[in-house]
Amino acid sequence: MQDQAKAPVVDRSMTKPVISARSLDLTFQTNDGPVHALSSVDLDIGKGEFVSFIGPSGCGKTTFLRCIAALETPTGGTLTVNGMTPDEARRARAYGYVFQAAGLYPWRTIEKNIALPLEIMGYSKAEQDERIARVLDLVELSNFGKKYPWQLSGGMQQRASIARALAFDADILLMDEPFGALDEIVRDHLNEQLLELWARTEKTIGFVTHSIPEAVYLSTKIVVMSPRPGRITDVIDSPLPKERPLDIRDTPEFLAIAHRVREGLRAGHAYDD
Amino acid sequence: MRSLLPILTVLAAIAALWYAAVAPMNIRGALDVAERAGAEVVPAESRARFDTSIWRLMVDNAEHIGLGYSLERPRLPTPVQVGTELWKTTGEMALNGRPMSKRSLIYHGWITLQSTLWGFALGTVLGMAGAIAIVYSRVVDMSLMPWAIISQTIPIVALAPMIIVLSSQVGIEGRTVPKAIISAYLCYFPVLVGMVKGLRSPGAAQLDLLRTYSASGLQAFLKLRLPASMPYLFTSLKIGIAAALVGTIVGELPTGAISGLGARILIGDQFGTPLAIWAALFAAAILAGVLVTLLDLMQRVTLRRMGMQA
Repeated sequence: MQDQAKAPVVDRSMTKPVISARSLDLTFQTNDGPVHALSSVDLDIGKGEFVSFIGPSGCGKTTFLRCIAALETPTGGTLTVNGMTPDEARRARAYGYVFQAAGLYPWRTIEKNIALPLEIMGYSKAEQDERIARVLDLVELSNFGKKYPWQLSGGMQQRASIARALAFDADILLMDEPFGALDEIVRDHLNEQLLELWARTEKTIGFVTHSIPEAVYLSTKIVVMSPRPGRITDVIDSPLPKERPLDIRDTPEFLAIAHRVREGLRAGHAYDD
Repeated sequence: MRSLLPILTVLAAIAALWYAAVAPMNIRGALDVAERAGAEVVPAESRARFDTSIWRLMVDNAEHIGLGYSLERPRLPTPVQVGTELWKTTGEMALNGRPMSKRSLIYHGWITLQSTLWGFALGTVLGMAGAIAIVYSRVVDMSLMPWAIISQTIPIVALAPMIIVLSSQVGIEGRTVPKAIISAYLCYFPVLVGMVKGLRSPGAAQLDLLRTYSASGLQAFLKLRLPASMPYLFTSLKIGIAAALVGTIVGELPTGAISGLGARILIGDQFGTPLAIWAALFAAAILAGVLVTLLDLMQRVTLRRMGMQA
């Protein structure tokens, strides 16, 4: 409840966007000819927003996230992150990235896995320990720091990988279907935890998903995309309050947004091909 | 303990097969001995026996078959004979205070082991260096890999004498170095192939993750590729050390060497002492077994220390 008072929604639109894309294009050259992964994408993401990208395979949602992380280079248009190019933003440690697979190193304990980016970025040992303890607490894994990844469940592994992305204080968290490989019950639990974590840390989150309920439950903004060429078909600003218990998913407001997302997906998707 | 029964069954089957094979293999020798002892043999003449099949001889002289199990120079010695010879040339000599006598297999094994370890070290270093070059450079991948494969298609027995001749031509004295080169030649390949696979084992997402940290190439190598390759490396090293031992023995065979297990095998052949050949053969097998087991232990310890389930 405090959070609502602290961060009124109107303020976000006043500030400069954290991520800004203008007529962004990305065409892959393949043996079967060019593939338009992204076509004229315009999008602004404000500070502290939770933005979900939803759409069928090939709609470019992951590609867009990878462009923000400078893992792909757009072939046209402009993209800025914190007012910088994605490359500069990366060097400024503007974002942490969470992949679908937790991707923890099996030869490192959970602590040591979280230390990985800190080692690479040259943090001192003392600061590493302090940060590891802090992010382990954030994802509720404090007692598991000394365990190896194979000793943890899939959901716990993914929480550890989120902790790893949070360890170096990036303002932006980019998540590419982080819970896609987990079962529904674990996923619900992690969604709840993620919202709590977002409220506590006030990060800006970009979240790619296949799941309509997940997108609606988590997001302040839902970006609906469609394939061939990959483009944005609808951007929905969620009217849901920031405080969201799981049973909010049965309210008429929630169902109305879910309906609009579904309509957007249907409109953008030609089923006959 | 439940695996003890199958293990013993296989061992017993091998021993039974071996003992069964001794009779036909040694029947001629057994009949020669029987003839010299004045017993009746069919056919009585040595020359005629030479033209008779061993099966016929066994049927006609069933009562003499047993002699084949205690010949002095058997075509195929029994396991007990081999074991006795092995003990006489190792343990017994050590007990008598002469473990490094020229007739001791400990001495010859030591000679072979030295070259093997040098060759193994050289081959491992070459293999790992080659693998790193191949993984990081597409040009090297395309130019080096075919040669590495071709190198393994050349029979090592054809190559070994040339390596000896060429290394003496450049002024290398003794046989340790050329033998180590031959051994390294066989050993580097499994290490190269295994390490290439191991260094390439991290997936695209793993490498992307490091890119989001702006990690340098060296950091990616030390923190991701190298540790990820460890299980592959140890598997390759186990194959590599066995290959290195084979390489050394082959290097000792056609080159007129007088010490080393390979030389013992050759000399045993030339002097018609099959027991010496078999003892040297078993010494080589035991040596290989010990080396592979040591590497296996190292693998277990290393991987457990790294936290990976070995």
